[in-house]
Amino acid sequence: MAAPSTTADVVAPRSKGSSDNYLTHDKGVASWVFTLDHKRIGVMYLCSVLAAFALGGFFALVVRTELLTPQHTIIDHDTYNKMFTLHGAIMVFLVIIPGIPAALGNIVMPLQLGAKDVAFPRMNLASYYLWVVGALFMLSSLVINAVDTGWTFYTPYSTTTSTAVVPAAFGAFILGFSSIFTGLNFIVTMHKMRPQGMTWFRLPLFCWALYSTALIQVLATPVIGITLLMMIVERTLHIGIFDPTLGGDPVLFQHFFWFYSHPAVYIMIVPAFGVIGEIIPVFSRKRIFGYKFIAISSLAIAFLGFLVWGHHMFVSGQSVLAGTIFSAITFLIAIPTAIKVFNWITTMYKGVIHLDTPMLYALAFLWVFTIGGLTGIFLAVMSVDVHLHDTYFVVAHFHYVMMGGAITAFMGGLHYWWPKAFGRMYEEKYGRVGAALVFLGLNVTFFPQFILGSRGMPRRYYNYLPEFQPLHVLSTLGAYTLGIGFLLTAWYLLKSLKSGRIAPANPWGGSTLEWQCSSPPPYYNFHKPPVVTAGPYDGYENLMYDEKIGGYIPRKTDS
Amino acid sequence: MTASMSTLAFAAFGAEPTLPKLPDSPYFWMPPSASVTTANTDMLYNAMLWMSVFFSVAIFWAMLRFCLKYRAKSRIANEIAEKTSEHNTMLELTWSVIPLFIVVPLFVGGFKGFVDLRTPPKSAMEIRATGQKWKWLFTYPGLGTPDDALHVPVNTPVRMVINSVDVIHSLYIPSFRTKMDAVPGRYTDLWFKATQVGEFPIFCAEYCGTSHSDMLSRVVVHPPGGYEKWLAKTIAQADSLTGVDRGKMLYEKQGCSTCHTTDGSPKVGPSWKGIYGKMEAMTGGAPMKVDENYLRESMMDPQAHIVMGFAPAMPTYQGKLSDKDIDGLIEFIKSLK
Repeated sequence: MAAPSTTADVVAPRSKGSSDNYLTHDKGVASWVFTLDHKRIGVMYLCSVLAAFALGGFFALVVRTELLTPQHTIIDHDTYNKMFTLHGAIMVFLVIIPGIPAALGNIVMPLQLGAKDVAFPRMNLASYYLWVVGALFMLSSLVINAVDTGWTFYTPYSTTTSTAVVPAAFGAFILGFSSIFTGLNFIVTMHKMRPQGMTWFRLPLFCWALYSTALIQVLATPVIGITLLMMIVERTLHIGIFDPTLGGDPVLFQHFFWFYSHPAVYIMIVPAFGVIGEIIPVFSRKRIFGYKFIAISSLAIAFLGFLVWGHHMFVSGQSVLAGTIFSAITFLIAIPTAIKVFNWITTMYKGVIHLDTPMLYALAFLWVFTIGGLTGIFLAVMSVDVHLHDTYFVVAHFHYVMMGGAITAFMGGLHYWWPKAFGRMYEEKYGRVGAALVFLGLNVTFFPQFILGSRGMPRRYYNYLPEFQPLHVLSTLGAYTLGIGFLLTAWYLLKSLKSGRIAPANPWGGSTLEWQCSSPPPYYNFHKPPVVTAGPYDGYENLMYDEKIGGYIPRKTDS
Repeated sequence: MTASMSTLAFAAFGAEPTLPKLPDSPYFWMPPSASVTTANTDMLYNAMLWMSVFFSVAIFWAMLRFCLKYRAKSRIANEIAEKTSEHNTMLELTWSVIPLFIVVPLFVGGFKGFVDLRTPPKSAMEIRATGQKWKWLFTYPGLGTPDDALHVPVNTPVRMVINSVDVIHSLYIPSFRTKMDAVPGRYTDLWFKATQVGEFPIFCAEYCGTSHSDMLSRVVVHPPGGYEKWLAKTIAQADSLTGVDRGKMLYEKQGCSTCHTTDGSPKVGPSWKGIYGKMEAMTGGAPMKVDENYLRESMMDPQAHIVMGFAPAMPTYQGKLSDKDIDGLIEFIKSLK
């Protein structure tokens, strides 16, 4: 059928030849600051998130360096407490939560969908500026008197400590709105802006994952907002909500906090599943195995994620009955998660596997996430959790999932879509070395922490028993390896912007829609809205690699 | 705090023979097991450890094997993947149901162990544990807090009744595989029955501020008859000490030393050296002379008058110190010239 006339067609003549793309379409600072283009907003998010990642990573290295010896190494007690608090708060609220959805998702999702933009472009820009304001509030705490509560803000410590808790908590409150705006935008976009033929079960898995994530963002984030606001009210106006000396209940805070923050764990990891679901079929040149199971399991995880918050509170004095119900539902989440891993592995079976950097990150993800997921089961078993709760075992587990899972997938996605977003190829050999260093570094950093925690080493300790030192030293060496890996990555990615090979439209041979437009994509994405006739992982056999352009083109047919 | 001071804090801490030592463990992963309820925890832990090893190895093996076996020759070769089934409901249901069969017994085992951990025997003796920044106070019926360690008899169920006077702490005894949060404004409890004579570390597991990591103690498990002997000796000693000696003993046992030094260097609170008789500037009020009445008030109602430059961090000792104790502490402070 004839494609309906759209704005894209009308505006198309304005385009300045084939070199016109969203990066060159408009020039000047104002064209970025006031842009409504989802790709530019995504790029601004990406730069900001990466800057926050560097800062959070720096704090992590300070913490790990302090832990080289069982006593004082480089900083004092209070500075150490501030460092791990800032590390956690920055990594959670400024990096991992917006990382994949707001940065990569903004750049890629409308392209994958075949849409011109997200449903509410102004709201999208507002979401970015809310992020900036929230980040400034959070960092202002650093300048005033850095917050020392841990990223969890547990009361009554957070309502009584003399550090600048209010700006940090208010920052997290604002960041929540940023997250809600992105989520709402993505939900509406995927409902209303799919082009002809893009049925729900032809949506790429990355979109499915973002959709599930967006549901959690919209439904859970208001709870953390109101909770932090109540904490601020208690701190400033002394209205008793959580502090027992004012007649409040400190455990109530934990319920409210985890009612958001457990689903937030899935805000962090479900988009990572989406990225892996894109990379594995493309680099195995094979359709994904069990598409529907993977898509639906994201929704199942999003739903179940709301019902398990109490597993953070087995030793808080919560009733045995409540603990039992939370434990049981927690085990159920293991099942959709296991389904995904099995499906990804099966996709590789009898594939044609290309081990380029994105695929190396996807393999690293499978390895690390398997360990992170299995150790989650230890913590779901109530009696074992009583021993492991608040030890390094928990630290190791969530770093395997958040750092090893979410960040590894983010890196995979960044390398996968880098040529699309910026139109340049990075040097593959450096990419592989970087991926290897990151994989090695994170295992050396976090695996010893499982042993430390099982042996009883509590988390957030400045001094520790000398018996624990060798494993701490090993862990710190791993952290330095990670640091080197990320520095190398930053270097070759920046270098590629200047001197990288010009990227073809489709360097990896993907068949989702973003690979059909040029790299970088045109300002309006698609001059004609694409008509979708096949699934997102169909038709690899119809593509062939063209050595001249270093990318894939449609295979010439004999007829 | 400056660097040298935090080192000093640790040195002062180390000077007391209280830095607990983790006893050698017969296990690689776990600390020694010294209570009756550890069997369930260790059995489940080991079961999950081997299950994890099995599944990790299977997944890594499949992953690496597929990578080697099906690795593409090159991009240019343009190989096309062999057509395989892209969906198999039976297979997918199988690997959905198998994890369910594995997690159900784990859940049941964990539930049973948890109920045991949370149900102290009726016959258990009771000891109070109070968390405060940054010290555990263990209080025995009719004895008060004689010591900074927890003393228990072997093979006897002990129920700890736990609370906190300030923020949330968590009483954690790794060798007993148990822990429980100390929550201000409510009581929580845990119980154990020590099976091994010896000393085991106690940690605070819930982050509680500056010296969270120094909030250590140890549980001393006495051999049969040993606990009674220790009790008799402690009671005799506690009664006999008076004046400065009593104050010195309480300074170490009641947690005063966590925040106040006796050598003139300020820590969380002012040093006691030479403070008696001094005029001190007060936060939000006129200067006051540090006399007997000020010292007594500082112990009973610590937030009433805060010396300028210090945070209002001290918990009240109302009900924890007798008049004899207060007199002793005042005498001890006076003696530090």
